[in-house]
Amino acid sequence: MPQRINVVEGIMSVNDRLAQENRTRLDRAGVFSLNLMASPGAGKTSLIECTLKALKDKLSIAVIDGDIATSIDADRAAAAGALAVQVNTGGECHLDAVKIRDALSQLPLGGEITGREIDLLVVENVGNLVCPASFHLGTHKSILIASIPEGDDKPYKYPGMYSGVDALVINKIDLLPYVTFRMDFFRKGVEVLNPGLVTFLVSCRTGEGMDAWLAWILTELEQYKAGRDL
Amino acid sequence: MHELSVTESILEISLRHAAPAKAKRITDLYLVIGQLSSIIDDSVQFYWDILAKDTVAEGARLHFKRIPAELLCKTCDHHYSPDSENLLCPHCKGTDVSVIAGKEFFLESIEVET
Repeated sequence: MPQRINVVEGIMSVNDRLAQENRTRLDRAGVFSLNLMASPGAGKTSLIECTLKALKDKLSIAVIDGDIATSIDADRAAAAGALAVQVNTGGECHLDAVKIRDALSQLPLGGEITGREIDLLVVENVGNLVCPASFHLGTHKSILIASIPEGDDKPYKYPGMYSGVDALVINKIDLLPYVTFRMDFFRKGVEVLNPGLVTFLVSCRTGEGMDAWLAWILTELEQYKAGRDL
Repeated sequence: MHELSVTESILEISLRHAAPAKAKRITDLYLVIGQLSSIIDDSVQFYWDILAKDTVAEGARLHFKRIPAELLCKTCDHHYSPDSENLLCPHCKGTDVSVIAGKEFFLESIEVET
């Protein structure tokens, strides 16, 4: 007998459930976490390096690096002073909640080792402007890094990514004099998708604009910790 | 590009819902996909044929209901369907808009043989 069964279940619900478990685990350990997303070459690892350099004396920072292959990024993060875990996706174009759950178990959450607890976890997603937007990881804030040489049409081409993030870092602004990039056109596209999005103009190479980005992280971290103490 | 993981999810959800009905076979799946959710039907079908093999869902037909994007301008209340190059409100050129439709991504129902 043919029979119609109503399902009405979100296709991402399995991942979303696991993401919620990751969030609970991070909250229990008091670790504030960021998910960095960008196209390949936008400067995710460079931004992490600059951030580590500036904050490593103030905070204990862990990094989870997602890539299809190699441990190049985790090595760079470790060299810059982070506790780094590399996750190789073996061809998958994004990190998902399962990968983060496995990576979290390699980190000392909840003070099981002596020494400082982790204050901040930075997840470096696989370089891609499509897929990472659909897979929640359980992190507290999603950050998109755009870069000047990518071109100013990216918000229009990747609306899913631009509409879902909590902050935007526009990197490589030192290249503005050499590249055709209509900042107004770019920012108008962003404004439609994500009105009032917190935006930082930076150059990881020259260090320009980094102060505002670092201050934002510290403020968000403080608010997070204050919220936990309530 | 992430159709493999998405298709795995679709299979997991449909098998889970078919089991309590003691379905011998899942014949049809009805999926609802918004224009803004960037999923390619053909790729889902391609992975489906591989993943569903040797399950009760083998050979099931996939039906995709596409929901076009609809935006509402919060400045002038204009309701419109955007084209990909221009998301601004075509009426007042405003940028403060909300998404009314187009983000859907769920399995609505399945048809089974019991």
